[in-house]
Amino acid sequence: MYAFNYHRPASLADAAKLLGGASDGKFIAGGQTLLPTLKNRLASPSDLVDLTGIAELGGISASGGAVSIGAITKHAAVATSADVKKAIPALAKLAGGIGDPQVRNMGTCGGSVANNDPAADYPAAVVGLNATVHTNKRKIAADAFFTGLFETALEEGEIITKIEFPQPKRAGYEKFRNPASRYAMVGVFVAETANGIRVAVTGAGPCVFRHTEMEAALGKSFSPDALKGIKTDPAKMNSDIHGSGEYRAHLVGVVAKRAVQNALG
Amino acid sequence: MTISVTITVNGQQETRDVEPRTLLVQFLREHLQLTGTHVGCDTSQCGACVVHIDGKSVKSCTILAAQAQGAKVITIEGLAQDGKLHPMQEAFREHHALQCGFCTPGMIMSAVDLAQRNPNPSEETVRHELEGNLCRCTGYHNIVKAVMAGAQAMRG
Ligand SMILES: Cc1cc2nc3c(=O)[nH]c(=O)nc-3n(C[C@H](O)[C@H](O)[C@H](O)COP(=O)(O)OP(=O)(O)OC[C@H]3O[C@@H](n4cnc5c(N)ncnc54)[C@H](O)[C@@H]3O)c2cc1C
Ligand code: FES
Ligand code: FES
Repeated sequence: MYAFNYHRPASLADAAKLLGGASDGKFIAGGQTLLPTLKNRLASPSDLVDLTGIAELGGISASGGAVSIGAITKHAAVATSADVKKAIPALAKLAGGIGDPQVRNMGTCGGSVANNDPAADYPAAVVGLNATVHTNKRKIAADAFFTGLFETALEEGEIITKIEFPQPKRAGYEKFRNPASRYAMVGVFVAETANGIRVAVTGAGPCVFRHTEMEAALGKSFSPDALKGIKTDPAKMNSDIHGSGEYRAHLVGVVAKRAVQNALG
Repeated sequence: MTISVTITVNGQQETRDVEPRTLLVQFLREHLQLTGTHVGCDTSQCGACVVHIDGKSVKSCTILAAQAQGAKVITIEGLAQDGKLHPMQEAFREHHALQCGFCTPGMIMSAVDLAQRNPNPSEETVRHELEGNLCRCTGYHNIVKAVMAGAQAMRG
């Protein structure tokens, strides 16, 4: 790691000010992605602004048919929250399947969403449930948030404050884990929402995406069989040492069926 | 630039001036000379560096000491009380759950956290929960046995 200055503000306003005043500042939440990046010297921020001392970024609340998760809420807290388990069990399951217990005790919801790793789990839930990303400046709809490989709609210095997940009629998540990293080779989040069926796929392509053909098919019949014969374009999939584009395209179909089965309970 | 970091380690409040980039594991090993916490991979994969922060297991190679400011940290050195091994340590000894012993401090710290959350874990739960800890020697079998026995002993 290169040297940096470290700050731990207690308010959002101070956090924004500290970042604005730094020559090349970066926010840190759980550090489970950022610290490995810094250790590899892939980034050399002048200042780290720790968000985890800001009380208003914490906590989980369920009301008005939605579950709101504060940005600094740990994966372990989401996985074990009675509110989340009751309202959106698929989301609790997703959080409980991230990494390992030690990663879940540090990693945060906001950090995962801000980072938009192509193989991360949370983006699938955000898009699948049509969640709203709240920041210190505005609200961003899921479909407009994830813009590309590690790219989001967040502006320089913008802070995710919470993610609001509308409660679906039913939802299911399934991931085919990379056995070494535990990230998703392919993860599919399926939800029957107030505005129809949504199918979000992570791990397979450079960025989480909606599978509109599957959404249409499940709209007609919400069952694993409805997905039979639906193809995914291998050319749009990631191809790396873990699996070819063809392999991932095939997995999308298999994993999506299991996600639907999970949603049916 | 250095910053002052205060952490309560194994019940004792410790304050050191450190560089902000100091990892918690460096704080423990190099500043406090508590070398029971190991560094196996330094890339958050192996779990040799697991300690508890406020009762929860975390990988101390992937946390800044500054992030633990004001927290209570327990390391492997803090488990035994009055010269008597913690029940989980005793179970590892009894069940021959170590060979070279390099992974053991982290395994035990993860196991204690696991047993606190799952007082009566099944074999499947133990194997699943130990996903973040790698052992190159034992093949895990005796570790799993030890964790189940240790959890039982912790229930009393
Ligand atoms: C061994 C291991 C296994 C893992 N397995 C998985 C897995 O299976 N699935 C998975 O999805 N993830 C996995 N992860 C990643 C983990 O979930 C991270 O915790 C997460 O991606 C980042 O969250 P963080 O709080 O650690 O963020 P940090 O590392 O602190 O930050 C990540 C990025 O987000 C920015 N950021 C953080 N919070 C905010 C905010 N509130 N507003 C704006 N920007 C912000 C930071 O500036 C930084 O650029 C794994 C990590 C490890 C080390
Ligand atoms: S040394 Fe920390 S996980 Fe390997
Ligand atoms: S006993 Fe040698 S690594 Fe586990």
